[in-house]
Amino acid sequence: MPDISLIVALALMVIKVFIVTTILFVLPLPLTYVERKVAGHIQVRLGPWRVGPHGLLQPFADMIKLILKEDIVPDKADKFLFKLAPLMAMLPAFVVYAAIPFGDKWTIPFIDREVTLYIADMNVGILYVLAISGLGIYGLIFGGWSSNSKYALIGGLRSSAQMISYEIAVSFSAIGVVLLSRSLSLLEIVKSQGGNLLHWNFFYLPVGPVWFAIFLIGSLAEINRVPFDLPEDEGTLGAGFHTEYSGMRFAFFMLAEYLALVTVSVMSVVLFFGGWNAPFNVPFVPPILWFLGKVILFIYFFMWVRFTLPRYRYDQLMTIGWKILIPVSLVNLIITGLMKI
Amino acid sequence: MEQIPFFIFAAIAVLSAIGVISVKNAVHGAFYLMITLLQVAAIFILLRSPFLAAVQVFIYVGAVMVLFLFAVMVLDIGKEELRETFNQQGVIAIPAVLVMLALIGYMIIGGKVLAPAGNLTDDVLIGNSTEVLGKELYTKYLFPFEVVSILLLIALVGAIVLVMKDRKR
Repeated sequence: MPDISLIVALALMVIKVFIVTTILFVLPLPLTYVERKVAGHIQVRLGPWRVGPHGLLQPFADMIKLILKEDIVPDKADKFLFKLAPLMAMLPAFVVYAAIPFGDKWTIPFIDREVTLYIADMNVGILYVLAISGLGIYGLIFGGWSSNSKYALIGGLRSSAQMISYEIAVSFSAIGVVLLSRSLSLLEIVKSQGGNLLHWNFFYLPVGPVWFAIFLIGSLAEINRVPFDLPEDEGTLGAGFHTEYSGMRFAFFMLAEYLALVTVSVMSVVLFFGGWNAPFNVPFVPPILWFLGKVILFIYFFMWVRFTLPRYRYDQLMTIGWKILIPVSLVNLIITGLMKI
Repeated sequence: MEQIPFFIFAAIAVLSAIGVISVKNAVHGAFYLMITLLQVAAIFILLRSPFLAAVQVFIYVGAVMVLFLFAVMVLDIGKEELRETFNQQGVIAIPAVLVMLALIGYMIIGGKVLAPAGNLTDDVLIGNSTEVLGKELYTKYLFPFEVVSILLLIALVGAIVLVMKDRKR
């Protein structure tokens, strides 16, 4: 007879994974709606309006459309990789959340049992998140290559070059956070920022804001958001790496892209803005609400950026990566090290 | 119990490694290599070394493989150019491989591949293997660590010099 507590722990783990995965699958629906509403209002339009009140049913209409569309595989495409690529883009976006702490401990009311609001506390959590979220790039590269189309190929090439260039800067900012918080575990990183607003890594002056800027710019480039969305530059490349995709396969790429947006927002909050810690002492607000509030603010910030800035040229993108971000992070690393001695 | 996942990972790793050298298409080869490297990372986790596993995924799967793919796609290596993968070197290669396998087998049977774990018990490694690794690298193994760093630096400078020589003219 196996130990009963082991079974309960296992069941809890499965339930947590199930809840997180379900939320992540559903999340792109409101995000597409909000993104179009934000775009509309920034550009002095109404945004989606016709399907349902205030256009609220628009995401469902889109979903039905994407499911019903014909699934086209180009005749000369590399069939094996073409079909695999959307899944390779999507899977890492989910797997990342195994290490992300949404909160500390929480007691379920009535049955009085304590559960942790994270799936796993890894002692190399920050490395795990960076490594796994970097794997999503394979979907873009293989998708671009296997389409056998010049636009898609160039999109894939651009994304791989962009990824390599900006991965270095993002890793440096992760080193910075590790120096500030003295741990690789995301849980410990959040706990080290407890107390009030001034304990957050962002407010570790003067290096905190610089690390955050490096992280933000690098991550924007890695998840291919405007102003760094050159892999799907619709002005010159058709639709970039997913030019040849249709229906649900295209939807998988979009899903991965929205989840990457959420991941970057979550990581910004966890690494620099204290995770679930309140900025100052407010009674009766559960930590998870602080966490969600900060994440939502960041998601809005990224949408705001998207409809405000124009796209960079490719040489400008490379210049920013290699000639600005990397030297700045090296200098910042030395300063942080000296301050932490 | 722990041997079951090990054999699964090892089997996938070996099969995809065979895939790397047997497929005609270079991009497919890169795909199989990626799978092999991921399995190796999984084996690192079984060996109580999450740091090495994360670094393996981060550096090899995340960066080096992307660079490989970039080169393969830019050079546009077609299926035809890879037809002659064997170069008639089987006469040398097969005995060399057999000798190496025999050596490895001899060492495993003789118990010579095992090193004493010392004070690195399971508890220490599961708790904070990164800290243990860092301390060992910067104290006990500082000299080899520095030698490797200088070697990498030389390789970096060398790569830049090679590129610059072409460009001068």
